[in-house]
Formats: sequence, structure tokens, C-alpha cells
Amino acid sequence: MLKIRNLEAGYDKLKILKGISLHVKSGEIVTIIGANGAGKTTLLNTITSIVKTTGGNIDFKGVDVTNVSPDLLVKKGCALVPEGRQLYPAMTVKENLILGAYTLYRRREHKKALENLENIYTMFPVLEERKTQLAGTLSGGEQQMVAIGRALMSGPDMLLMDEPSMGLAPLIVKDIFRTVEELRDKGKTILIVEQNAKAVLEIADRGYVMETGSLILEGSAEDLLDNNDVKRAYLGRDYKDFTD
Amino acid sequence: MSAEQVLQYIFAGITVGSIYAFVAIGYNIIYNTTGIINFAQGEFVMLGGMISFTFSRFMPLFPAIIIAVLITAAIGGLIEIVFIRRMRKNSVLGMIVVTIGISILLREAALYIWDEQIRALSFFTGTEISSVSVFGARISPQVLWVLGVTLVIVGGLFFFFKFTLTGQAMRACSENSRAAKLCGIKTDSMVNFSFMLSAGIGALGGCVVSPLTQTHYAMGTDLAIKGFIVAILGGLGNPIAAVAAGLILGLLESFSISILPMAYKDVISIIILLIILVAKPSGLFGSKQVSSLKDF
Ligand SMILES: Nc1ncnc2c1ncn2[C@@H]1O[C@H](COP(=O)(O)OP(=O)(O)OP(=O)(O)O)[C@@H](O)[C@H]1O
Ligand SMILES: [Mg+2]
Repeated sequence: MLKIRNLEAGYDKLKILKGISLHVKSGEIVTIIGANGAGKTTLLNTITSIVKTTGGNIDFKGVDVTNVSPDLLVKKGCALVPEGRQLYPAMTVKENLILGAYTLYRRREHKKALENLENIYTMFPVLEERKTQLAGTLSGGEQQMVAIGRALMSGPDMLLMDEPSMGLAPLIVKDIFRTVEELRDKGKTILIVEQNAKAVLEIADRGYVMETGSLILEGSAEDLLDNNDVKRAYLGRDYKDFTD
Repeated sequence: MSAEQVLQYIFAGITVGSIYAFVAIGYNIIYNTTGIINFAQGEFVMLGGMISFTFSRFMPLFPAIIIAVLITAAIGGLIEIVFIRRMRKNSVLGMIVVTIGISILLREAALYIWDEQIRALSFFTGTEISSVSVFGARISPQVLWVLGVTLVIVGGLFFFFKFTLTGQAMRACSENSRAAKLCGIKTDSMVNFSFMLSAGIGALGGCVVSPLTQTHYAMGTDLAIKGFIVAILGGLGNPIAAVAAGLILGLLESFSISILPMAYKDVISIIILLIILVAKPSGLFGSKQVSSLKDF
């Protein structure tokens, strides 16, 4: 569904992504793990053309979407749940969700938008209870639900998620990851960036490890969970645990 | 002061207050999508009056006004494309300075196209001596026009921002423009539209008050300052509250004339600005909750 070849991007003269190649097949959950500042957010922002590509190309559903305007990717069926939620804080929960379906409304597909809204309320009943509350006053977990819901409102086939577990209590993180699995079971393809390597590898099919702008490792989720380098760097095991 | 005099002051205050409100509404709309205070807003009011005056010599009044509003809106959109879009990368403060430059440009262009003469659009209904009786006070029907147009604009804007998709998308741009892009909203078009809307509303204001307060190529500067005070008074980012704040300032100025020498009129507004900035920076009607969720 998504194919990235030799992608290079950065900010002004600062080159962050140094030739990233990856692919995500339909129906997969693929994760990218990596330390702070590795360039994971930059990668997702480059896929969505918020950051401009300086080399390589991005192919989504067989169409070249390198450096297109961000609304085109949404229309083609790929939505991003950005890092740090990025809600419209002084707008209501419902308004936040509605705006996620902006491209649908523009194409006069009101019925589809309404359907998506109902589905999101079924998935996150608390959002329906809070629909008139200002998004900025929600708890962190609820805000993440709005962020996910807003991305789903356009009815995407593929969801890009940037650290959805950030700043959330372990129990809530579990809920969020369960939601991710549910979405996959409903046929969505998911590319998820995480620091919480253990939790995400448990639900992912495959994973990549990113370090200073390059993907240094690739494998099935089980392989990565077993990999000693990954264990040491991202799973926080004691060194002793795996030298024995 | 007799009851009738009080009413006269009230209506005078409303008229002046409405024009401040038109400027402040424009500030707020552009501020909302860009964070910029567009100090050329007063010039849009001037252009509305000037252009409609020119066209009204060739056609009936109302089509002339519509043309003036459309032309001014187009000028607003053009300003955004030519100046603002290119320079958006600068700081907000830098952009505000740019808008001051634009205001000078528009003023000089107006001086060149027209001249330094004071013009006035003819009264919408009746003439300058016709009057209607309201609660025993005799006022010009034009005052009712001003009031009516102001109310329609307020109602229209409230509906637009609250219930239409484009209005909500414009608010989304102001709250988080990157997130708006991710929702597929074309933020550039929204910013452009906000300039057109502000310019058009300013021009309409310039037309309805022109018969009462006249139009002059240099009137924009004073309006820009008064409108700014009103925008702060109402709470930046809230176009509806700006109208209430505009009326309050208009009334205060109007009544101040009855007790203080005319020259002190402007002092009143500056004092109000200082008091508000110290006592309630989120504005009279600004909600603490909402403003705490915004950048500034
Ligand atoms: N807008 C920006 N301008 C300049 N440099 C930036 C910008 N955003 C990010 N960077 C730099 O790019 C590098 C990669 O940042 P990025 O946010 O992609 O990392 P990340 O892997 O998402 O980190 P984290 O796990 O902390 O979210 C960092 O060194 C950062 O300083
Ligand atoms: Mg990140």
C-alpha cells in the first residue's frame, strides 16, 4: 500500500532523513521504533508533505505522492494522527471530529461523514458524552481518542500514527493499542511510530528500527523482540538478562 | 441633560461605535487565521466609501455599494497573495509592520486616484434633513441603516463561524494550522479568504457610514487605532464581541463630549485600552478558559 524509496528530507540545510526505504502492505501493522531525535516524526511529516522531500519518492496505492499538497493524501485515503495530538483546543470535540471529514464534506459525501462519526462514537463512547466539551479541556487519553477519531473521520484505508502512547498511563496505553488492533481487524493498514517498543511490537506484524535518520534494522515483530540490540537499546532489559 | 439629548448621544455613539466595530471585526477575522493584526483595515473602510462614491455617479446606490464591496474584497485578496503569502515566514511582529506599510500604500494610492477632498455617499433613504422619530428623539434614518447592517453582519458572522464548514475550517486554521492541513484544509485559501472577508466587511462599513461621517483618503489611520482598541476591548479573536466593544467605545466617546472638551475624546479610548490591558487582557468578553487554550 505504501512504498518509500531512498527518501531524503530535512529542515533547511539540516538533513534529517538519509535515504529511508520501507514498505507497508495492505492490512499490516508496521512499526518504526527509535530513540528521541531519530527522525521518526520527520518521516511521517514527510510522507504527509508537511515537510518537503529533497530526494527519493513516496508511492501510495500505486500513485506517486511525493511533495503533493497535504489534502491530496487525505483524499487518497491516508491520514496522520500527529505527535502530541494537535487538536483544535478551543473547539468542541464534535467540531474537531467533523473537521477530520473536511475532504468528505467538500465532496458532498455528508452521509459517509455521518456514518464515520457514528462509528467513532461507538468505538469511543466517552467522546459522544463529551461532544460539546472543548477539546483542550479533555484528559490526555481522551484527547488521543479525539486525535485518532479525527484522522478516521476521512475514512482512510491507511493510518499513520505518531507516538499515540506519549504521556499516557500504562492502562490507557493498553486501550489505545487495543484500538489499533481493532482498526487493523476492520481492514485498516497502520504505520505506527513508537518509543514504547515492547508494547507496540506485541501488536505489530513487522518493524523497523530507526537511528539518526536511517533504518538500521528490519524484521518481523517477534524477531525484533528477540534481537539483542533492540532489547538493549529499546526494551530496557538488564544487560544481564540476555548475556546469560 | 434631557431625555431626548441622551438619546441623541446614544445614537451618535452607536454610529461611531459601529464603524469602529467594522474595523475590529476585520482585525479579528485576519488575526484568527494568521495571528497578524492587519493595520490596513482602516483603509478598507476608506476604499469602500471612495469606490462606491465613484460608482454611484454612474448607477443607483445599491449596485454601486455591492461593486465597491466586491472590489475591496478583491484588493484584500490580492494584498494577501502579493505581500502576506510571500512574507508569512517572517515573525508575526514583522508581518504587522508590513501591514502598516500596506496601509500607507493604499492611502497614497487613494490620494492619487481620488484627491484630498472629503466625499459623502448620498443617504440610503431620504436626505440629510429627513429624520425619523425614535422614542421621541429625531434621528437620521441612516443611523438605523448603520445599526441594521451591523446586526446583520454580526448575525451572519456568528452563523458562518459556528455552523458552516468553511467557517469552522477557518477557526481550525487559527487554532492549529498544521493540524488543519492534515485534515485536508487548504490553509492558504483560508487565509486568502479571511483577507477578502475582512476587506469586504470593512468596505461595507465604509459605505453605510459614509453619508454620516464622510469619507476621506486619510481616514484609515484613526480608524485603525480605534478599531485596534475595540478589538482588544472585546478580546482579540472574537469578532462578535468586537461589535459590543465598538458600541461601548462609541457611546463612551459620545457621552464624554457632553462633559469634557472635544479634545479629550481620544484620551478616553487610550485610557480604556490601558485599563483593559492591565486589568483583563483577555478582553471584556474574552473567556479565560478559551484564551488559556490559545497561543496568545
Ligand atoms: N522544525 C524543525 N526545524 C529544525 N529541526 C527540526 C525540526 N523538527 C525536528 N527537527 C530536528 O530533526 C531531528 C529529528 O526530529 P524528529 O522530531 O523527527 O525526531 P523523533 O524521532 O520524532 O523524536 P521523538 O521520539 O522525540 O519524537 C531532531 O534532531 C530535531 O532537532
Ligand atoms: Mg517524534
